[in-house]
Amino acid sequence: MTPARPFSNWTPWIYLAPALVVLGGLLVYPIYQLGLISFLEYTQVQVSGGEPTSFQGFGNYAALFGDGEFWRVLLATVVFAAACVVSTLAVGCALAVLLTRVRALPRLALMLAALGAWATPAVTGSTVWLLLFDPDFGPVNRILGLGDHSWTYGRYSAFFLVLLEVVWCSFPFVMVTVYAGIRAVPAEVLEAAALDGASQWRIWRSVLAPMLRPILVVVTIQSVIWDFKIFTQIYVMTNGGGIARQNLVLNVYAYQKAFASSQYSLGSAIGVVMLLILLVITLVYLRLLRTQGEEL
Amino acid sequence: MNSLVRRPWRLAAEASALVIAAVVAFPLYWMVLSAFKPAGEIESSEARPWTLAPTLDSFRRVFGQQEFGRYFVNSLVVACTVVIASALIAFLAATAVTRFRFRFRTTLLIMFLIAQMVPVEALTIPLFFLMRDFGQLNTLGSLILPHIAFSLPFAIWMLRGFVKAVPEALEEAAHLDGASRSRFLWQILFPLVFPGLVATSVFSFISAWNDFLFAKSFIISDTSQSTLPMALLVFYKPEEPDWGGVMAASTVMTIPVLIFFVLVQRRLVSGLGGAVKD
Repeated sequence: MTPARPFSNWTPWIYLAPALVVLGGLLVYPIYQLGLISFLEYTQVQVSGGEPTSFQGFGNYAALFGDGEFWRVLLATVVFAAACVVSTLAVGCALAVLLTRVRALPRLALMLAALGAWATPAVTGSTVWLLLFDPDFGPVNRILGLGDHSWTYGRYSAFFLVLLEVVWCSFPFVMVTVYAGIRAVPAEVLEAAALDGASQWRIWRSVLAPMLRPILVVVTIQSVIWDFKIFTQIYVMTNGGGIARQNLVLNVYAYQKAFASSQYSLGSAIGVVMLLILLVITLVYLRLLRTQGEEL
Repeated sequence: MNSLVRRPWRLAAEASALVIAAVVAFPLYWMVLSAFKPAGEIESSEARPWTLAPTLDSFRRVFGQQEFGRYFVNSLVVACTVVIASALIAFLAATAVTRFRFRFRTTLLIMFLIAQMVPVEALTIPLFFLMRDFGQLNTLGSLILPHIAFSLPFAIWMLRGFVKAVPEALEEAAHLDGASRSRFLWQILFPLVFPGLVATSVFSFISAWNDFLFAKSFIISDTSQSTLPMALLVFYKPEEPDWGGVMAASTVMTIPVLIFFVLVQRRLVSGLGGAVKD
């Protein structure tokens, strides 16, 4: 650490000031506001100043939790996010290992294809996948011989289609990160293990996996965060939540409540629920880091 | 490591890598192909992986669409401002938390970590009212400001590793040579952590360029302030989409990001490697 100098007590805070101002104003304050609105009655009337806002206590939460649709959406969100995370991690890790097994040319091809998928904006990816799976003229149905099967009609097949798109655009982050991590493992360590007669599986389990654990924790938690709050793909691919709202996830549900039906307080209550779920995941993550003896 | 893998296995691995690369690239190929197909051909029931009469019609329609060029510029302004601002702010903050010991340092780090987990989308409602109160609705500022805030925690967390990797002795030497602290900061430290800045900028660029929810929620009456994702939806009407237009607009929207990615590709891989080694 830098030796203390007379003025250095203040220097870090000067460096931190811009970040703290931005985060305070655009993250901390909005979180406070979100919590506040969730306890108020706040609809179009109050927003336009027609009626004063009134304190509702836990009324909005009671209304939300009393609504069967909320629980259905919550369950769908958790299951869908979990499926996305697991698939993304499995595909990403498998392909990262594959990248280490091939020569430069196939590696470059796979890397560039993955970067292309990663670079594709969510709206773009969503519409392209809809075109690919179009019942009338999409190439996928033709290749698979599915006739005019509509993927977006059924609840599960619509979720499955979105899942495919999500995995496609998010496995590259996992693949590139894990690949970079494997490459950072010194070659001598692996060669020594191989000379000692360790099998590939044994090398992976006993040498690579422990060294990669911090990276795996990072990509897992990032995937959880990203997949739990997917909005664009669901909104675009299922046209705002699917037929008869069968493909709603919490985020789209909150948007529909707030901006489509002006029930800002209910939308905020949903936001608070999302925030709390991710907070719990974060605390578990922090514990994991701590038990691994990571120094902050 | 390759030398340790037996030859038939390696060939099988390479063949599957190429097949997977083709599958992964296929949606992008289909997007570009469809953008060049004449209108009737996309919607014919025989989806062909080539086109008989490539045409620029769809692109003409897209650029003929009022203000498409403007949306494009808006998107660029938003993404570039977010990238530059969050890189500079994150660099200063990462330096503070790695090179100084002060009270609340650990608390701050934990708070940055927790801030990373905040679901941006959940804050759309309070941000909407905040932007309204500051007269920022329907301005690019309403898209830029939140994205700076949301990319900061991750950027700070990621840059930490890069700042840490610069030896303390370097700062001592600079100090002995009479360099002021700010000179050290900008002329020595900044260039050294630049690869890390490139890697973090990928994430802030993507979050800003992809933004759909904020553009949809905050740009409500003055559509000249809108961005590309909204322009795309002009052509995508769920009931009867103009697929040629959608795919041409998608192509135009994806290419700048692709170029950016290819340019930073090496830095990105080494950057992620550097961040994870920490």
